[in-house]
Amino acid sequence: MATVVTTVRRSFSTHWYAWAMVLPVVIVLAVLVGYPLGKGIYLSFTDANEANVARTIGVNHIEATYKSVGLDNYWKVLSGQEGHFYSRLGWTVVWTASCVFLHYTIGLGLALLLNRPMRFRALYRVLLILPWAVPAFVATFSWRLMFNEKYGVLNALLTKLGVGSVDWLGDATLQKVSAVAVNVWLGVPFMMVAILGGLQSIPRELHEAAEMDGATPWQRFVHVTLPGLRSVSGTVILLGVIWTFNMFQVIYLLIGQGAGSESEILVTYAYRLAFQGIRDYAGSATYGILILSLLLVFAVFYRRMLSRQEAVR
Amino acid sequence: MSAARTVRPRGQRPRGQRSRGQRSRTASAALHTALVAASAVSVFPVLFIVYVSLRGRDGWQEPTRWTGLDVSNYTHILGETKFLTWFGNSVIVALGATVLGVLIAATAGYAVSRMRFPGHRPLMWTFLVVQMFPMAVLIVPLYNILGELELLDSYAGLIVTYCSVSVPFCAWMLKGYFDTIPAEIDEAGRVDGLSPFGTFWRLVVPLARPGLAVTGFYSFITAWGEVAFASQFMSSEEHYTLAVGLQTFVGQQKAEWGLMTAAAVLITVPAAAVFFLAQRHLVAGLTAGGTKG
Repeated sequence: MATVVTTVRRSFSTHWYAWAMVLPVVIVLAVLVGYPLGKGIYLSFTDANEANVARTIGVNHIEATYKSVGLDNYWKVLSGQEGHFYSRLGWTVVWTASCVFLHYTIGLGLALLLNRPMRFRALYRVLLILPWAVPAFVATFSWRLMFNEKYGVLNALLTKLGVGSVDWLGDATLQKVSAVAVNVWLGVPFMMVAILGGLQSIPRELHEAAEMDGATPWQRFVHVTLPGLRSVSGTVILLGVIWTFNMFQVIYLLIGQGAGSESEILVTYAYRLAFQGIRDYAGSATYGILILSLLLVFAVFYRRMLSRQEAVR
Repeated sequence: MSAARTVRPRGQRPRGQRSRGQRSRTASAALHTALVAASAVSVFPVLFIVYVSLRGRDGWQEPTRWTGLDVSNYTHILGETKFLTWFGNSVIVALGATVLGVLIAATAGYAVSRMRFPGHRPLMWTFLVVQMFPMAVLIVPLYNILGELELLDSYAGLIVTYCSVSVPFCAWMLKGYFDTIPAEIDEAGRVDGLSPFGTFWRLVVPLARPGLAVTGFYSFITAWGEVAFASQFMSSEEHYTLAVGLQTFVGQQKAEWGLMTAAAVLITVPAAAVFFLAQRHLVAGLTAGGTKG
């Protein structure tokens, strides 16, 4: 017992300033993330909605009357009773995969093009980064205007070409294509710049050595460039998946708040549950926890996969 | 590059043996064509919005016909809507979130970068995991908590909320940045009798100014463009931020796209200015933090 006390005391005296420095962050995260998370988990086990949570109307304070329902919410969602979980999950996965795939491949392509001495390089770089500089909600509204069925510029151009106008945001499939297009437009610059940074950190000597050994450009790309990019790619793809999976603004503002939209991803659906119609706080919390669990599982597997690849090399 | 090409004629090198930085005329043309096309796609929506905003209230309905330019959209939103109020609100909230967020992220990032203490690894993991939190899981409890604290519809509530979004990422990035500052500097400070806090404040913070600026820009832009929290937390029109206010131009019933585009341009200008100052460092900090995590 005494040794434990001494260990703790010694540990405190050596580490107190480190702890003091992280304390503000820990407090902020505990109060604003930890506590809400705990409360969210708690709500997901209840039947809380707008009608039975504690609230104050004028001077009257009404106590909360919601009660615990155990795992009912999760059962309803996961067994498919609640209706749309699996179809939305499917679309969310397709959305994330296609967006991140396009982000990465286009970003990689542009980075490879830019990573060489040429005229106007700085100008291209600035122009290609531009979408990143536009706030996402502004860009989304702009695209909504361009996609407008009657007055949008895309349809005007198509009509001039004799194709006829297309209902970009009304049709269920095109809606999804449009959303992916907007998100790809928004997300490519980040990938491009990150990969460009990675490319520049690959030592020139490696390329030169490969060239001396007679490697073709393709062989150099596969055996020098791609392995050199591995750590950057690992990070940006993980971040990209997380951000895209939770991408709220594009879907919410582009497709609008129309009820029962097929093109909603899990996050926007959870948001709608919480703030439209009869506010279903418990259902929304359940969805939130499920989204978080999915992402956590993905992140753990992904990092494990990366480190295994690293070990194999 | 072009000089080298004139000195050594193309035909003398076998295919595939050309050293990088020298390419045939065809390859050069293809390269520039690809880049011009990509640049056009990335720039077109932005230019288009600027163009529509300069065409008067109903100009957006005929995007392909040339009718001359006028600035009536700008005068209208500046004079007759609450745009300036919203702009001010956005500035207050974004600046507040930036200052608060960078301050606390910096100390934490420094501690994680320099000191090996119990709780070090879990904290790094927390920074990563918190970025995975969908706002959907936090928004309802936060709404209730802020309601109980009577911070709904107030600047303070929104500022604190944005901090929780940006702090983990900033701490992660700053850790990467502090890692690039040699530890010998700290040791020299300690030898000269500075306390750990003194070392941080007097030596490391001044050296890390570019890194701090970048995280500041990041927090600012995140707060500037946030929609979900602002839409629910700020309920009175006086307190709308730009992201909320802009939605009122293009609601379910009316669609004032002319005004919307003018507002969009005015919102983008400061964000873009801030962004271009920061972007070069942003990714360096990000990847440094990520790869060494």
